[in-house]
Amino acid sequence: MIAALRCVIARDLLLAARRNSDVLTVVLFFVIVVSLFPLGIGPEPKLLRTVAPGVLWVAALLASMLALGRVFAADHADGTLEQMMLGATPLGLVVAAKVFAHWLVTGLPLVLISPVLALQFDLPQELFGVLVLSLALGTPVLSLIGAIGAALTLGLRGAGALLSLLVLPLYVPVLIIGAGAAESAASGLGGSAQLLLLGAMLIVAAAFAPWAAAAALRISVE
Amino acid sequence: MSINWFKYSSPQTFFPLAGRLALVFGALAVAACAVGLYLGFFVAPTDAQQGESYRIIFIHVPAAWMSMFLYVAMAFWAGIGLAFNTRLSGMMASAIAPTGALFTFIALWTGSLWGKPTWGTWWVWDARLTSELILLFLYFGFMALQAAIDDPRRADKAGALLALVGVVNIPIIYFSVKWWNTLHQGASVSLTKSPTMATTMLTAMLIMTFGFWFYGIAAVMLRARCIMLERERGSEWAAQYARAAA
Repeated sequence: MIAALRCVIARDLLLAARRNSDVLTVVLFFVIVVSLFPLGIGPEPKLLRTVAPGVLWVAALLASMLALGRVFAADHADGTLEQMMLGATPLGLVVAAKVFAHWLVTGLPLVLISPVLALQFDLPQELFGVLVLSLALGTPVLSLIGAIGAALTLGLRGAGALLSLLVLPLYVPVLIIGAGAAESAASGLGGSAQLLLLGAMLIVAAAFAPWAAAAALRISVE
Repeated sequence: MSINWFKYSSPQTFFPLAGRLALVFGALAVAACAVGLYLGFFVAPTDAQQGESYRIIFIHVPAAWMSMFLYVAMAFWAGIGLAFNTRLSGMMASAIAPTGALFTFIALWTGSLWGKPTWGTWWVWDARLTSELILLFLYFGFMALQAAIDDPRRADKAGALLALVGVVNIPIIYFSVKWWNTLHQGASVSLTKSPTMATTMLTAMLIMTFGFWFYGIAAVMLRARCIMLERERGSEWAAQYARAAA
């Protein structure tokens, strides 16, 4: 079973590496959206410092949503997904492996590049740790919840817009707590409470979301 | 004597029952809303701090309660439909969604009307308001997902799964007052403490709640009848009904 998981992860990572422009698109989207905010709200450093965690979080959320359509779409199109459903490995585990690979490809780069973008917003450097940690804990939750939406909208017309309608409301608690971590640390309260909540969300989502997504896949592909 | 629990689980037997229920609960809703509004607007005393503007709670609070309750009811039918694979449960869930969205919208709208004179602003990003707004988005998402899927069986199941995932949001709404202690006042009515409002106000609010509840049942039954007719249009009983109605 572990071997099957490793195989799915390695396969998805290899596929992503062969089509690395897909990965770059998501990161570039993230960078561009974040860079648009100072142009929209003005270059006032004090204002930018206040909004930085929120802007980075919203941009990360949109970027990870943009990438969701690809979690299952290619495998659905060429029939691999049906073989995975027929296989002996429980579908929930396969989904968990696919979501993990998807996060490594689309979520982790956002986490790694976020300190550079935070510099543009003149965020104090002692907050970088909390910000990166909150994104590192939060973006996997986004991928996990998003996988349910991606599975439900598989093969539907207008799936992209529909997916955002389904998934964005469910993202809200993660956004509130995730962006709250750096803001709370900036106000001197420390971000540990929010980080612990994010960790709890990640554990709950990791335990339940793959099974919900697997059930959604069975509904969509039957 | 054994009870046939599944007698009304088929559209054919439920269709006439839904019609009768819609009539009964529609009449009850009109009566309860008339009494409740009269008590609330003419009998209940003026609030010492908020003046007359507080009277909107007789619509706001019942609508907010119903908006959450209907989501749970929708998720309940969705869960039954997924577990027992019954056709009617999915139809009930789709019939509940628009009424739930309506009540959520009313709760947000009246809350905004109440917030302007009381808090001095139409909208605050308070936890409970935000959760109610998310609830509205969840209803919209449910309806949009069902509308996007052509096959009704898949639409039922996909919507059911989404409703069950979204039902996680209901406790967040309800306990958000305790979690994030922000601008929204604490709950005025609780089961464990005696209420902090005058008895007439409470009575009027409870009667309004029943009025909204009965309206919800009547509206859902009417909508369920439409869905049943539409989906079962190929069957004999639906054709008979159409001929009799023509």
